[in-house]
Amino acid sequence: MDKPRILEVRQGILKKNDQLAENLRGRFQKANVCVIDLVSSPGAGKTEFLEETLRRLNEQGFKVAALVGDLATENDAKRLERSGVPVRQIETHGICHLEAEMIERNLEGWNLEELDFLFIENVGNLVCPSSYDLGEDARAVLHAVTEGEDKPLKYPTIFNSSDIAIITKIDLAEVCEFDREACHENIHAVRPGIPILETSGKKGIGFDEWFAYLKDLKNGIGSRATA
Amino acid sequence: MHELSIACSIVETVEENLPTADSRATKVILKIGKMSGVVKDALLFSFDIATQDTRVQGATLEIEELPIIVYCEKCHKNSELGNPPIFRCEHCGELTGNLIQGKEMELVSIEIEDGQTSNS
Repeated sequence: MDKPRILEVRQGILKKNDQLAENLRGRFQKANVCVIDLVSSPGAGKTEFLEETLRRLNEQGFKVAALVGDLATENDAKRLERSGVPVRQIETHGICHLEAEMIERNLEGWNLEELDFLFIENVGNLVCPSSYDLGEDARAVLHAVTEGEDKPLKYPTIFNSSDIAIITKIDLAEVCEFDREACHENIHAVRPGIPILETSGKKGIGFDEWFAYLKDLKNGIGSRATA
Repeated sequence: MHELSIACSIVETVEENLPTADSRATKVILKIGKMSGVVKDALLFSFDIATQDTRVQGATLEIEELPIIVYCEKCHKNSELGNPPIFRCEHCGELTGNLIQGKEMELVSIEIEDGQTSNS
């Protein structure tokens, strides 16, 4: 006789990803590599920003590498390779975000102990990446001046789950009539206290502050906000 | 958000928790925070698709939506946030990042129907 009964599960829906991410976090900490996840909408300037980051850190003598997520094409990885550091493309074949399993799989063959920093460029998407822990030390949300000032209010989850906000393409601020104050206010409204940087990949603005943040993070002063 | 992917994860977890090969799930109960990024209606729709040809097919999906609640360090009170969620204490106006509820994505329980084992 069939009799329905209740079974308590009380488990996170993304438990598998969370567990994998925690394993990765442990590996990264053991290897003393600082891992940063870059998120933004498509076209906000992640690749340009990352290219400058990799090139400059490499010149400064840091050992860096990058994993780049895209739905398709290897274009971004090829671009970033110009910086002269190891770059791997993760083609998600339609999946709109990166997951811990993809990171784990694509780290094979890399000696993490040799790295100071590992950058993960997430798929351009302000919605889905927010829920997927990748084991990173910090998540940086990039937002271009060309996107206006409202995005943080429209996409609160991704801003709230980030540790630093980076306003990109700042050299275009005047032309876009970018309301800097409003944007800062909106970012802090959904994520009080988050540090905000303003950068331009093309003009090389703001990178000193970005590297100061990264070095603090590596030295353990910064801490991962609980998502 | 890609609720189909989430729905597939739910189905996978439910099937893992079914005690026998003959068991079926008739109801799946979730707690989803309003700031989890999951859209309830999209999840309901995706669930129907994700459960097809599984032991969860036909199960009812019940979703309890949890409001976004922050705690204010200044006045020690909780506030429920609206949409968009402005992280400001509704009592004293102080900005607060202290989220105590809102990002949950939890599979709470499942209602199981044990199948009849064949005796042959």
